[in-house]
Formats: sequence, C-alpha cells, structure tokens
Amino acid sequence: MIKVALPGLGEGIEKATVTYWFFQEGEKVKEKDDLVELSTDKATFNLPSPCSGTLVEIFFREGDTVNVGEALVAIEEEQ
Amino acid sequence: MQFRVFDLGLIDFSRARDFQQEAFSRVKDNEFKAALIFCRHYPVITLGRNAEECAVLASSDELKAKGISIYEIERGGSVTYHGPGQLVVYPVFNLNYFKKDVNLFLRSLEVAIIAALAKFSIPANTREGLTGVWVENKKIASIGIAIRNWITYHGLAINVKKDDLANFSLIRPCGMDIMMTAMETELGRHPSFELVKMAVRESFLNLTNEIGVDYNIKQETAR
Repeated sequence: MIKVALPGLGEGIEKATVTYWFFQEGEKVKEKDDLVELSTDKATFNLPSPCSGTLVEIFFREGDTVNVGEALVAIEEEQ
Repeated sequence: MQFRVFDLGLIDFSRARDFQQEAFSRVKDNEFKAALIFCRHYPVITLGRNAEECAVLASSDELKAKGISIYEIERGGSVTYHGPGQLVVYPVFNLNYFKKDVNLFLRSLEVAIIAALAKFSIPANTREGLTGVWVENKKIASIGIAIRNWITYHGLAINVKKDDLANFSLIRPCGMDIMMTAMETELGRHPSFELVKMAVRESFLNLTNEIGVDYNIKQETAR
C-alpha cells in the first residue's frame, strides 16, 4: 500500500485546498494519471499517481485543506 | 530553440485557450522549455477555482446584452474580467528546468510586470499577502496560474487602456472590493500594445536568461 502525500510546493506554501478528485475510491489508476487537483491562493496544480493500482482510501474531500506531508490517498499497488 | 514568443492578437478567449493547450503540449514534449503567449481578448469573465457564486455582480441578461461570456477555468484565484484594453500574457514554462516553486514563480511574474511598467515610468509595487501588481492601492495587473506536471499555464493581464475598466464593476475582482487602474490612467495616454509587449518580453528574458526568438502566429492560424 502506497500513501501519496502532498509534496513540497516551494517556499512559503504549507498547505493547499483539494479542488478536484479525478478518481473515486475503488477505481483503478495508471502511473502518471492525475489523481487530484489542488489550489493555493493564485495557483492550481495537479498531483500525478506514482504507481498503477487501485485507490483504497481518499483522506481529504474536495474543499478540505491539506498540509504539506499529509497523506491524500492510499493506493494498493498493482503487482 | 529554448524560448518561444507567440502573438495571437485580438482573439476569442476559447480559441486562445486551445492555443495555450497546444503550446503546453509542445513544452511538455520538450520542443521548447518556455513560451510566452501574448493576446487580447474580446470581453469575457473567467472564474478561477476560488471564485464564489456571488463574485459576478451583473445579471446574465446584462452580460448577454453586453456580449460578455463566462468561462469556468482551472486557474487559481477568483473572478476576473478580460477585455481588448488589456494585454494578456500566458507564460507556459516548464519549471522542471527552472525552479519547482509555486510562490517563486508567482513572485517572478510580479517582478517581470513591475520591470516592464518601470520602462514606462509607472512606479508599481506588490502588496503583502496579495498576488498581483499595484500602483499605490490600485491594481494594474492580475495574476492567476495553473500548473500541471510542473508546467505552468494561464497567467497575467495588464490593464493598458482605461475604457475597459468600467466592466470590472460587473464583478468583484478576486472576490474583493478592489480599485483598478490602467497604464493609460497613470500616463494620461495609452502606450501602444507593441511597446508593452516588447517591455514584457524583455523582462521575461532577463528573468529566464534565455534567448527569445520571435515567432509570430496570426490570429487566423490559431486553432
């Protein structure tokens, strides 16, 4: 199981808001698929999947605020 | 060729967006590291990801009568207005070749705009906690970007002519009660868009230390 955390986005940004999930729990993703879109005050950005697999659990919903380093989603990696 | 400059002229927002997507793909495919797309839009209101419903003050009938359409887009920020009196600049930069820092890129855009305005002797500044460029307490340039795989798109708009500013009363820019100004307001006359483009291009070149190659594409050829 891989947990995907909010990566560092550069100096001065400690958190971001989840604006869109491209997948739902239980769905399969491929490596590099966009998992989620997040936004700060004036920028939006995407987070691609580090692996192919199935989304087991989404920890933050659209509208939630996530801190850098916190896990957004757990993915069961495809063998 | 590392850095490309495109000039789409006066163009419909959706066509410019398609062109931007195309430039994004070319940057992603490593054809070039960065692109600057210059254009001006027919009147349009765009809603960024942070826009609230109440951000548009005008009724849909009023907007229809003025021929203004609304687009929900994937950039950061709230609501804004674009019209032909603005110079819109879409920097499509592959930050994998620069620095992967969202705030640094936003601040760099502000630095580039301030340097460009300084060439016209307009003393502009940033304001703490706010993104954008200001002349005293009035906003002269707005910024809202999106980043995918560390490649940027969307960008900035500089108010050049003042006759467009009245349309900002149709919205609450950036969800706040903001006073707008334009280069024309500050100078008493408006500079040519060509001069503004040259100034912006030069500031970006200084910023990236890349050599710019002019690559003009006429409006007709933009899909």
